[in-house]
Amino acid sequence: MRAIEIAGLEKVYNAGFWRKRSKRALRPLNLVVEEGEIFGFLGPNGAGKTTTLKILMGLVFPTAGSARILGLELDDPRMKAQIGFLPEQPYFYDHLTAQELLHYYGQLSGVHAKQLSRRVEAVLEQVKLSNSANVQLRKFSKGMLQRVGIGQAILHDPKVVFLDEPMSGLDPMGRREVRSLIEDLKARGKTVFFSTHILSDAEALCDRVGIIHQGELRGVGAVAELTAGVHGKVEIVWHGATVPAGIVTMGAECRSAGETMRVIVPEENQDAALEALRRERLRLISVVPMRSSLEDYFVAQLGVPLKSEVVSFRS
Amino acid sequence: MNSRVFHIATNTLREAVRDRVLYNLIGFALLMSAAAVLVGQVSIQIERLVVINLGLTAVSLFGLVIAIFIGIGLVSKEIDKRTLYTLLSRPVRRWEFIAGKFFGLSGTLVVNTFFMAIGVFAALAYVSHHLVGSDVGVLVALYFIVLQFVIITALALFFSSFSTPIFSAIFAFWLFVIGSFAQDLRNFAAMTHGLTRWLATGAAYLVPNFSTLNVITQAAHGEPVPSQLILFNTGYALIYSVAVLSAAVLIFERRNLK
Amino acid sequence: MIRSRQVTAIAGSVLVCSMVSAALLTRAVDHMRPAAPVREVLFVSSPKLLKRLCLGYDGLLADIYWTRTVQYFGGTHSRGGGTYKLLWPLLNITTQLDPHLIPAYEFGGTFLLAKPPEGAGDPAKAIELVQYGTQNNPNDWHLFYDLAFIYYDLKDYRNSAFAFLRGSQLPDAHPFLKIMAAQMAEHGGDLNTARMMWTATYETTHDKMIRANAAAHLRVIQVDEDLTGLEPLVEKYRARTGRFPESFTEMISAGIIRSIPLDPLRHPYRLEPGGRIVVSNPDELPFLDQGLPSGYVPRPPKLSPVD
Repeated sequence: MRAIEIAGLEKVYNAGFWRKRSKRALRPLNLVVEEGEIFGFLGPNGAGKTTTLKILMGLVFPTAGSARILGLELDDPRMKAQIGFLPEQPYFYDHLTAQELLHYYGQLSGVHAKQLSRRVEAVLEQVKLSNSANVQLRKFSKGMLQRVGIGQAILHDPKVVFLDEPMSGLDPMGRREVRSLIEDLKARGKTVFFSTHILSDAEALCDRVGIIHQGELRGVGAVAELTAGVHGKVEIVWHGATVPAGIVTMGAECRSAGETMRVIVPEENQDAALEALRRERLRLISVVPMRSSLEDYFVAQLGVPLKSEVVSFRS
Repeated sequence: MNSRVFHIATNTLREAVRDRVLYNLIGFALLMSAAAVLVGQVSIQIERLVVINLGLTAVSLFGLVIAIFIGIGLVSKEIDKRTLYTLLSRPVRRWEFIAGKFFGLSGTLVVNTFFMAIGVFAALAYVSHHLVGSDVGVLVALYFIVLQFVIITALALFFSSFSTPIFSAIFAFWLFVIGSFAQDLRNFAAMTHGLTRWLATGAAYLVPNFSTLNVITQAAHGEPVPSQLILFNTGYALIYSVAVLSAAVLIFERRNLK
Repeated sequence: MIRSRQVTAIAGSVLVCSMVSAALLTRAVDHMRPAAPVREVLFVSSPKLLKRLCLGYDGLLADIYWTRTVQYFGGTHSRGGGTYKLLWPLLNITTQLDPHLIPAYEFGGTFLLAKPPEGAGDPAKAIELVQYGTQNNPNDWHLFYDLAFIYYDLKDYRNSAFAFLRGSQLPDAHPFLKIMAAQMAEHGGDLNTARMMWTATYETTHDKMIRANAAAHLRVIQVDEDLTGLEPLVEKYRARTGRFPESFTEMISAGIIRSIPLDPLRHPYRLEPGGRIVVSNPDELPFLDQGLPSGYVPRPPKLSPVD
């Protein structure tokens, strides 16, 4: 069964005092996510990721189109019992403790009273908050709140888990924990749908990704498929300290490391660069194609490098 | 279905109880009762009168403040703090949320009134040295005050479902003021003609009827309240609140939670 | 660290000094304009408007205005009395807000009636106030008593008797109302009637100022009686000796009286040339119209609340 089916989903906001200015938050979106997948929803801020999630959660009503989760309508309580949601930068009731919060949410999700305490304990253990179970949430750090948020999303053992920026506010340790949690969910056959800026996480975790920009889906597919289409780069290393004229004219940046020089050029210039080296009789050491990353795909698709918004951990 | 409403209600109550603001307000109300004892000593005969007048007015006004300030935040705070998102992604219907919040806040106010009433009765026992039969009137007055709170809670929740906290507070407060004049408004409407009459009558019956729910002066003078009035007022408060809550649900069901 | 301790010390002392100065300034301003605080008491002078404004909490507002009335009266009285111009408006507002505030009627009946510097000296308003009270509290006999008293003071014995009668017909009315009705009808102008009236007031009121007022009046009656008894004795002395006595000691020696007569305050009476008997301390006996020393200018009285 398909976990998520989105057909022609559209959202237009009427802004301004007289509701005359219309703003397209989501152009007709079509998307399918199979059960058992980890699907990453990528895009810069304001692209429409959160709007999509909110429509799926029934918080915002679409102006056109429809969607189904687990084959059920978006307002079906049976469906809601089987999904979990972590909103962006969550915040919870100040004066409750973590344990009380999970208990409360568990009750609302219909978890049976007998199992509830056990589940709560197990989840607190899983998100590593057992020590802070009886601390009031207003004393929690951002990272701890994020973990409580994940806890409440998986508490009732849902089939599909929706996470909006699950890594935000976490230190590298925390991010690793969340990553392993998501992998763990997949291992248990759950579907995970999460939105993020952090491309390296998406690359590492996701079976498939979708890239959305200005309300429009620009590309969907497995990471390898997407990056395959993008022109890659090639790393050329040779012996010596000089740069052949041919390579200089390419405008590529050359780095020297000890007795060798290294340059990275686009794939299509590979032959010309090798020719330039041969002409000057420089000794070639290696030619290594560099796997193009999602960031390259991003840049190619969206036309903007998005360095300020997108974090990539390519070394 | 009902258990979810119950859980939301108890959670609302728990939130309110742990919020320190409440204690300050209850403290003030108790202070008023103490002050009433002092003020009453101006003239021996009216000690009882002053204690009841001042004490019940304090309970009424402070409860109003609590009802409005917590009530207006009920929905908007949950949206701001995004706690609502995690709630509605669960099998919780939007109307259940409104109902749960309503019962939670009403329950909070009943508990508050109980504590503040203890202050009033303590002051009364102090000045009268024993409780008199007419003190039952004070209980009736307190019951009516609680009915007022129920209506105000419904109104605050209604405004909170679509408006910002500031405006919700202003609207709720003004409705309370106008509601105190409800009887005058009806009289006025009866005297007008034509279109004005239609508008005025509509407004007069739309506005909550707080004037009949204030029997503080009667309680102070030990005058009995007819049981028929108690019955009618109870019915009115419940029906009016249900109407307002239905309106709140209608609006909230359609609201895009940006 | 030293810096912050200095700051604390300086800020603390500045705080204390400025608060004290502010308080002193406030007092100075108060002394400058003694009448102003009283004027502000009324602020909104229309009873109907007030009733609208108080959103149904009229009982409490009535109590507040009643408190202000008592303070206004007491304050003016302690400063030597006056015309109490605000007494009627304050009482009017109080009773409009809460028509069942019985003490207000009694207070108003007494002090609106009394002449300056004791009270406002406005009998018409006194009657209007108490009659409003009887209309709104038709089963309270105290109000009819108050009404009867006002008429008595105005020497309208017929209306006074009538008010007593109406009051006596109410359930649980004090039995003396019936007695007073009869007494007033037949012997309105008698001193004895006066004594009965003031004694009844003294014994039934809970208000300290009203009680003091009644006590003062009873003393006047006593002085009148004393004088009525002493004057013939002075005349007797004159008949015997051909001149007026210069002191009571002479009268004692002459065997006409046994001891020096004392006024209700236990001070001895004095004899003036010409045989007039006067009190020694007229300042402490307000309302006195006989037995005042010649050339005495009545000073504003001081009714002490505990009499």
